[in-house]
Amino acid sequence: MPFIPHTDADVAAMLKAIGAGKIDDLFDEIPPALRSSGFKQVPEGLSEMEIARLMLERAEADGRYHNFIGAGAYEHHIPAAVWQIATRGEFYSSYTPYQAEASQGTLQLLYEYQTMMASLTGMDASNASLYDGASALAEAVLMAVRAHKSGRRVLVPKTLHPVYRQVVRSIVANQKIELVELPYDPAGGHTDPAALAAVATDDCAALVIAQPNFFGTLEEVDALTDWAHSQGLLVIACVNPVALAVLKAPGEWGARGADIAVGEGQPLGAPLSSGGPYFGFMCCKQALLRQMPGRIIGRTVDRDGQPGFTLTLQAREQHIRRSKATSNICTNQGLLVSAATIHMALLGPDGLERVAAHSHANTLALVAQLAAIKGVEKVFNRPLFHEAVLRLDQPAEEVLRALAAQGILGGYNLAAHYPELGQAVLVCATETKTAADLKNFAFHMERIVSKRRLDPPCAVKVNPSVK
Amino acid sequence: MLIFEHSQTGRRNPSQAPLAAAAVADIPAHLRRSKRPLLPEVSEMQAVRHYTRLSQKNFSIDTQFYPLGSCTMKYNPRACNSLAMLPPFLARHPLAPDSTGQGFLACMYELQEILKDVTGMQAVSLTPMAGAQGEFAGVAMIRAYHDARHDTARSEILVPDAAHGTNPATAVMCGYTVREIPTDRDGNIDLALLKAALGPHTAGLMLTNPSTLGVFEKDIQQVQKLVHEAGGLLYYDGANLNAILGKVKPGDMGFDVIHMNLHKTFSTPHGGGGPGAGPVGVNEKLQPFLPVPMVARAKDDTYYLLTEKERPQTIGRLSAHLGNAGVLLRAYVYARLLGREGMHRVGEFATLNANYLMARLTQAGFEAAYPKRRATHEFILTLKKLKEDTGCSAMDVAKRLLDKGYHAPTTYFPLLVPECFLIEPSETESKEELDGFVDAMKAIRDEARSDPATVRDAPHTTPVRRLDDVKAARELDLVWKA
Repeated sequence: MPFIPHTDADVAAMLKAIGAGKIDDLFDEIPPALRSSGFKQVPEGLSEMEIARLMLERAEADGRYHNFIGAGAYEHHIPAAVWQIATRGEFYSSYTPYQAEASQGTLQLLYEYQTMMASLTGMDASNASLYDGASALAEAVLMAVRAHKSGRRVLVPKTLHPVYRQVVRSIVANQKIELVELPYDPAGGHTDPAALAAVATDDCAALVIAQPNFFGTLEEVDALTDWAHSQGLLVIACVNPVALAVLKAPGEWGARGADIAVGEGQPLGAPLSSGGPYFGFMCCKQALLRQMPGRIIGRTVDRDGQPGFTLTLQAREQHIRRSKATSNICTNQGLLVSAATIHMALLGPDGLERVAAHSHANTLALVAQLAAIKGVEKVFNRPLFHEAVLRLDQPAEEVLRALAAQGILGGYNLAAHYPELGQAVLVCATETKTAADLKNFAFHMERIVSKRRLDPPCAVKVNPSVK
Repeated sequence: MLIFEHSQTGRRNPSQAPLAAAAVADIPAHLRRSKRPLLPEVSEMQAVRHYTRLSQKNFSIDTQFYPLGSCTMKYNPRACNSLAMLPPFLARHPLAPDSTGQGFLACMYELQEILKDVTGMQAVSLTPMAGAQGEFAGVAMIRAYHDARHDTARSEILVPDAAHGTNPATAVMCGYTVREIPTDRDGNIDLALLKAALGPHTAGLMLTNPSTLGVFEKDIQQVQKLVHEAGGLLYYDGANLNAILGKVKPGDMGFDVIHMNLHKTFSTPHGGGGPGAGPVGVNEKLQPFLPVPMVARAKDDTYYLLTEKERPQTIGRLSAHLGNAGVLLRAYVYARLLGREGMHRVGEFATLNANYLMARLTQAGFEAAYPKRRATHEFILTLKKLKEDTGCSAMDVAKRLLDKGYHAPTTYFPLLVPECFLIEPSETESKEELDGFVDAMKAIRDEARSDPATVRDAPHTTPVRRLDDVKAARELDLVWKA
């Protein structure tokens, strides 16, 4: 019996101690009419060897591609030590540190994580994680509305990740909060601070600023932040933690800094993994601390005066405050935070900056090569970070499909969310790409958009990893 | 010692990042960072040693019996982890075309089918990222259902007073008010008071069955009839699904919507506080409202993601992608390892272990909160008498258990039972382990009588002794400062 250690003798002795004749008697309080009629869709059990073979075949069928898609999830090198340590049983198979004395490893790690994230974002405090970047932004919107007290509207630029806007809407929809979308400047691909004068801010609680924004374009964060504060709004920064190694920290935006900083933690040590598990991070200024959702770790002392760590400010949370809690969140993404903390410790400030700078330089080089191709142009003229929008003179979907046939995932098609941009794709080349990878991408792009076939025989390579 | 205290300016790990620096001079100065972040500068070995040592300060399932009630701390099979971490699975970008993820999507589709079967529901969406988000999805669907019928006067969600805190918190996030329904002396929901509370304002009832009191809600058929007659829907909190896996299906009990905690019942890791996965299952009534994306199989046996386009009445998206995909893969591997037979045995042996432990402890003189009831997969002890006799509280006993090498059960929850332990052994523990726990409990009780100070001062052997929570909250120290 998988993972059940009982021998027949054990079962007999246990039933005897209980005073029951058979295991089924233990279910005698369940009305007989409700008893299960059995499983039809659950297959017969497999041995570890059999399931290993099945999973390996499925994984290999999915293959390996040269990935140039970013759009909120980024391919970065993860040091080998990160997941070897994170999957140690003591981290992997423990739970929320309710018994602090038996959980000092997790608690200290979370305290170190909070310190790293607060410093990266330039904020006073960090929580111990939320589910992902999109849901973290939804929590930030709820938090800002609570903190602002009177405003029920939140300004959300169209340059914010379109799926984040959808997720925020799903999560806040039932609390009578209105999301107001701000248009973007068609030349720069950014939210033009000069255009904000026309935006009505009555009943508004906050402005969301994504840096870099979904297009990879850099926003004028100082001007946007100062404008929002001048209108009595809170500022929610939605940022990429790797980008923060080179970009100005939200705590330093404008005269007073952003009030809340959230984002997707995936670039810090989480594999792409078809979308999860990742983690959302959230940092804030001291004044907003008691409105923050999620677990928070504090350093204190034990009975002997020795330093130690514990869950704190729990009166915000659902297990204490129930219907008056700041959020319903309980389980968060602890293991991903363990990985992120180890990841940041291994890279250090210098390593993280190199990763960011290389990703940026690779994207600039890629964009230069692709935009030099007839039929491919760069769409926006503003400074960017490690991602850019290109427009094609032919259907993007077909070009992307042709690239995939060469083992290249050539970017994210923007047609569904930004039809006004035409045949546009969002491309990203992180530090994992070599000069040869960029050249290969540009070679195939040029060939495909110019409708030139490869020299015969046309080598269609569906999956470069499987020979 | 903190990682920052191992740090030395200028120490680097050159092999972990690109070898040469790259320029970012094209980024205008006013958008660039001016001050380096406070990240440690340590060698690879220092980092490995530091975090390995930290890990050794944790109790975990892999090292200790961890009978944390309501959390289902069962063994996490290692194969689930290694097979979910096969390199092609890890490398796949979430926005890569469906055609590049057929192997992954096949696992997801089959997991949906398995979860439908074990819960008796009509359709499943995998996207919620933990139990609380599954609850959110469930209650948001209840709301969408009433709204679609223009039945908009329903403003109230009922929850039993013993419910998890996530239930009322979730109802509020969905724009509902919450009314608590008291529990009777035997641990059942009070039917008379439930009847009185139901009405045209009732949107639904959230129920855990077995309840958080560790007993099966015997009147469930009547409860479901009453709620449905009032026009409300019935929500199943799957926190305790492990108790009934293979024995009863929530769909057969008349529930309209359910969330499952895969990090409990399907043995994905708890990870020191997550990630979880909280898929939702529904019957026909709520099917159009399930959160997207979902996984579908086409006529040609290829798999693809269903989005808002195919499902216009969906409550929407709860994450940027398909939720905690890697956790879902682990749950899939677990389900395939167990198979039909193994899945049936989960509920049986979880229940056997809990009833055995309750029998042994009560025979040893401990007091069960609901002595006339069968334990389900968990049960409650009340240590009220011990507290009166010796001054040692449930928390003191919990801390002393740590010294004996056992993680403490859940303490002081549910709130209705004084000085309580909620104990959930799970099916993966052996009889010897349970016997050892009984011995430890007896030894602590004897010690509480002979030497109460030792119990009250516990723990004595953990890396730190009892921590000052008041100081932690009053003199907040949430980040280290150099």
